[in-house]
Amino acid sequence: MTDFPADQSAASGASGRSLLKVGERTRKRNAAEKRFRMMGLAAVIFGILALFGLMASILSNGLSSFTQTYIALDVYLDPEVLDKGGNRAPEDLGRITTFTIQPLIKAAVQDLIDETGVSAEGVNANDAFELISKEAPAELRRFVLNNPDQIGETVSFDLLASGRIDGYYKGRVTMESAALDRNISPEQLDLADRLKTEGVLETRFNWSFFTAPDASDTRPEAAGLGVAILGSAYMMLIVLVLALPIGVAASIYLEEFAPQNRFTDLIEVNIANLAAVPSIVFGILGLAIFINFAGLPQSAPIVGALVLTLMTLPTVIIATRAALKAVPPSIRDAALGVGASKMQAIFHHVLPLAAPGILTGAIIGLAQALGETAPLLLIGMVAFVREYPAAPPEGFFDPASALPVQVYNWTQRGDPAFVERASGAIIVLLVFLLIMNAVAILLRRRFERRW
Amino acid sequence: MTPGTLILIVLALAAIGYFTGKRRAIQTAKRDGRKLHSLPSYYGESVALFTAVPALLLLGAWLFVQPVMIENSIIGQIPESSVPEGGAKSLVMVDVRRIAEGLNLIIAEGRLNEEDISDMRADFIDVRSRLAEVGVALGSNVEPVVFQAAKEYRDLDLAGNLARDIVVLLTALLIGIWAFWRIRPTMRARNISETFVKALLIGASLVAILTTVGIVGSLLFESLQFFRLYPASEFYFSTEWNPQFRGGSDFGFLPLLWGTLYVSFVALLVAVPIGLMIAIYLAEYAGSRLRSFAKPAIEILAGIPTIVYGLFALITVGPFLRDWIAQPLGLGNSSSSVMTAGLVMGIMLIPFISSLSDDIINSVPQAMRDGSYGLGATQSETVRQVILPAALPGIVGAFLLAASRAIGETMIVVLGAGAAARLDLNPFEAMTTVTVKIVSQLTGDTEFASPETLVAFALGLTLFVFTLSLNVLALYIVRKYREQYE
Repeated sequence: MTDFPADQSAASGASGRSLLKVGERTRKRNAAEKRFRMMGLAAVIFGILALFGLMASILSNGLSSFTQTYIALDVYLDPEVLDKGGNRAPEDLGRITTFTIQPLIKAAVQDLIDETGVSAEGVNANDAFELISKEAPAELRRFVLNNPDQIGETVSFDLLASGRIDGYYKGRVTMESAALDRNISPEQLDLADRLKTEGVLETRFNWSFFTAPDASDTRPEAAGLGVAILGSAYMMLIVLVLALPIGVAASIYLEEFAPQNRFTDLIEVNIANLAAVPSIVFGILGLAIFINFAGLPQSAPIVGALVLTLMTLPTVIIATRAALKAVPPSIRDAALGVGASKMQAIFHHVLPLAAPGILTGAIIGLAQALGETAPLLLIGMVAFVREYPAAPPEGFFDPASALPVQVYNWTQRGDPAFVERASGAIIVLLVFLLIMNAVAILLRRRFERRW
Repeated sequence: MTPGTLILIVLALAAIGYFTGKRRAIQTAKRDGRKLHSLPSYYGESVALFTAVPALLLLGAWLFVQPVMIENSIIGQIPESSVPEGGAKSLVMVDVRRIAEGLNLIIAEGRLNEEDISDMRADFIDVRSRLAEVGVALGSNVEPVVFQAAKEYRDLDLAGNLARDIVVLLTALLIGIWAFWRIRPTMRARNISETFVKALLIGASLVAILTTVGIVGSLLFESLQFFRLYPASEFYFSTEWNPQFRGGSDFGFLPLLWGTLYVSFVALLVAVPIGLMIAIYLAEYAGSRLRSFAKPAIEILAGIPTIVYGLFALITVGPFLRDWIAQPLGLGNSSSSVMTAGLVMGIMLIPFISSLSDDIINSVPQAMRDGSYGLGATQSETVRQVILPAALPGIVGAFLLAASRAIGETMIVVLGAGAAARLDLNPFEAMTTVTVKIVSQLTGDTEFASPETLVAFALGLTLFVFTLSLNVLALYIVRKYREQYE
């Protein structure tokens, strides 16, 4: 409607301009209008493209981490090697090292090559052994310690293939790159291909990515998110238990009881400012107060959770206050009118009505806390943790990792296979966030009341 | 007893207090509810609150104070001679704590009993290998003095824990019994328990103040320590950033400030025009179908954690800029650069700017738009000449909030901007920021009292002051603007 020629008053007779002909100035103005509109549309499209680009980059890099290449191998658990005393005593078995186990796997690989006849020229048993992850001896050792009675028998294992072989089937390693790589040769890849046609080597879903602990620099194929997921879960549990009651209590006071005075203003200004303090400053606070002053252990979920609680509190308080405000005053008046005390009116009537809004705010606050990384770096959660934390409450004080910190950790490693792992971990993180936000939206849809 | 079981016992006592208090109220009123001032449950509640809250507060304070006190008394016993060259007493204390922990483990596993431990002498027995058996690894052999200190530490700790359990339980019991005995039908139990609850509510809202005090206190305290070791004027005005592990480091703040401002500038250059245009387009032009799709999509960007953006910068944007722009133009070979971090941070800030501006544009009264259209202005002319000027203070506020966010942002710059502190104009060079240096100085095993670590607190303090003043300014402008139209 507004692109209608605006200078019609001047468009009569003398200048030769007509109402029916679009003048020069109008054309310019309409063109400017169109340009502005296009710019707006371009901005919107850029924003959406950025979202899709981000998702596409993460998904294309990370989805492959949910599958993993395994090699099926029958290993003879030689009692001569594993248990020289022949008594299966736990103390003696405890002395088995991964070095004593390596020859068993080598022998098994040799048998496999002899049996299937896939031996390729230029590949000796040692090269073939390198197809198997360095994690495999450790896996075998755990098996032997847990099942000493199986010693002396031939047991079939599904062992992890090495990171390079795994990368070959995910397109990360090619024949050309293998030729330049000290860790793998094209002949080894060739052998892997033949093993695959024999059905010995196969790629399938990688459950251990969700359950296994982190692994060292040289064995990306074994690295998993188990400890990180557990650590994040512990932290979220504590954050929920602390931030929800404290936040709700503070909001009730500020919204319903606090008198209008300096002190209340001070609290309000504080909360508004805390919401805007950079997250890394909370990390410094955690390091200085909780670790150095209070002497809590480094890398422990409890410290991370305390820091994240302080960060989440403003979110919870703001959401709770909005929810309390949305409950109409008539509810309070009615309760007070039939003789309830102010406290009874709030706890028996206002709070239950505000509960869906409060829960929504709490879940969104939790989602924020789940993705927070920077403060956790400072309180030592970057440490390499292989042990699962114990069951709560002791486990809250054991070292653990967290999902976003694990991502950061993996980006700092040399092997490119860790980029895939990091992206995979991000996908897991985003799925958790998606679930939490979906629950929050559902809660709001289902229980929100319009007054 | 672990603190966890102690808490459970106190809570159980409180529960018992609730039921017995309620029963006593009914009994003293001779089963006639009308004689009671309050509902019976309030009598129970008051007993429960008096049982649990003081005891739990005491427990919390005890857990906080005991380690500090024991540490202070032990640290005095360690002679200077057993402190290793170039180390600090706090490092010896770490060993002391580990040994004490190891001794506890030895007893827990039943390898030795209490008497064996008290007879154990580091000069006769190889303590290190004994501890290694239970999984406590020590860096060197244990000196007799340190081992003695560890034994003392353990004794004090055990005695302290025992005292704690007794005192906390006694507090709960005594105050609970007192609250129980004073129940009379005329007691104003509801008022008492409501006042108690209100005090708890006030306490909860004080957490915000305590947090601020904690932040400011810890930053100031450690920064002062740093400035005692390193002159403040050199920190703020030197252009050389070169931390060394063996002392003699240079901590010039200026290269970090430059990197921070440069990255934030690029980010705002991306985010402000795009975010603003998105807000304008969605508010003034877009049809409802586009809006219902585009608005949530943009808001999703706001909910994505910054580590995701950081990874995006590291694996996609950085290599892309390097291979397609920086190298062909001969501007640099680094995939982490100011441009990478700035661009990705800009994307992160788009939803922030657009949602803030959206609120502001929507709060410009419709009458102003109508007036402008009535005078024959086109839609874009209305936006540019009427709506934007009217919304300008709010948009400036949004801009300042976004700037404060950009300056405090950590993960994107850690993964995208690089670690080299340099003063350079080329946006395709790697530069570093204040937050990156805080992370790199505080992660890794550095000694806590050295200037190399303490500098992070000075950086944190500067960052805090910077972002805080930007926020205060922004809120002031926004608030002033709001008053105009309401």
